[in-house]
Amino acid sequence: MAEESKMFELRVICPDRVFYEGQASMVEFNTTEGEVGIYRDHIPMTLIVAPGVLTITEEEGPKNAALHAGFVEILKDKVTILAEVVEWPSEIDLDRAEKAKERAEKRLEEKASDTDIARAETALQRAIARIVTVK
Amino acid sequence: MASMRDIKRRKVSIQSTQQITKAMKLVSTVKLQRAKNRADRSKAYFECMYKTVCSMLMRSGNINHPYLVKGSSDRKAVIVITSNRGLAGGFNSNIVKLITKGELKKEELDIYAVGHKGRDALNRYGYTIKADGSDIVEEPVYADAQALAMKVLASYKAGEIGEIYLAYTAFKNTVVHIPTLIKLLPVDREAAAADNEDSKVLMNYEPAEDEALEMIIPKYVTSLIYGALVESVASENGARMQAMDSATSNAEEMISHLELQYNRARQGSITQELTEIIAGAEAIS
Repeated sequence: MAEESKMFELRVICPDRVFYEGQASMVEFNTTEGEVGIYRDHIPMTLIVAPGVLTITEEEGPKNAALHAGFVEILKDKVTILAEVVEWPSEIDLDRAEKAKERAEKRLEEKASDTDIARAETALQRAIARIVTVK
Repeated sequence: MASMRDIKRRKVSIQSTQQITKAMKLVSTVKLQRAKNRADRSKAYFECMYKTVCSMLMRSGNINHPYLVKGSSDRKAVIVITSNRGLAGGFNSNIVKLITKGELKKEELDIYAVGHKGRDALNRYGYTIKADGSDIVEEPVYADAQALAMKVLASYKAGEIGEIYLAYTAFKNTVVHIPTLIKLLPVDREAAAADNEDSKVLMNYEPAEDEALEMIIPKYVTSLIYGALVESVASENGARMQAMDSATSNAEEMISHLELQYNRARQGSITQELTEIIAGAEAIS
């Protein structure tokens, strides 16, 4: 039973479906304040998601997904991730992600006056998250 | 009395109209099913979003964030969600009426139209159409809602508008659709608090609360817009299904009425012919 008490309820919800629902022992993701890993009995907290890899550790082992935007509500025994965009590795088009990464890097390098730096940076982060998730 | 041929022609014409309305009813039934599933699937997200935002706002009593206080401008933005196609009963006109007959002043409104029908009608009444996003109505995806939300929020932040409203048709069930006008921004803090009395967990925020608010509110607005779009599509098809159903049964009624008239006219003409033949025969003998 000791094993069981480490688990908490995790829900990942995006606008058009419930992405994941189940018991997990740990969940890791990237936030605006840096990367975090959450166990059971964390203090209640709300975090804003930054593009990165979402790792859900279940009993059988970890599962990866690319999580791009949204926020997370953490309660003692329940974590809810409200994701705007989240994808399983099988849903990611690697070629497209690589191309997007190149494009974003080029835009950031050129630093043309009309480039929206923040936008290019998020695009780069998103592309990297996708690539890392697949690999 | 109309001639037999006229009645027959009328009947045939109504029959072909009935075929069209019947087909349209079937099509919208299928579309309704799909739209309903979508609306159901996305419900979890909005409920969670609403709950989180409400509990955040409850504890944000002393924060004076621009999203929570009315802007200085008198202008109000209204996002009006209607459909691109008609023949859906009162679906579109109910939304338009909500705006023209409501308390909002015509001169102060900037309309962000989604759906040709609402845009055209409000344009005719002389409202200011600020933007038109009608092409997203058929198959709304989250990114569309996001783009629209960004546009409206940008003018809100720039101080061009002081309040943001959303007019759409809420989908209660297949036969009940309610035209609804809600206020998106500034967020109504009292209503939010009233909905959320039981939450007593002391929540921490990272980044700090006002920064988190700054990032979550746009997501909240986007999710409301997306929810409204999805529900509106479901309502549109529901309304069309009902309208086409009653059109089909009305056609049925008219056809049976004409059938009766036709038979009467035919009987009349037979009787008349007989009378003429008999009269003629008598005259000869």
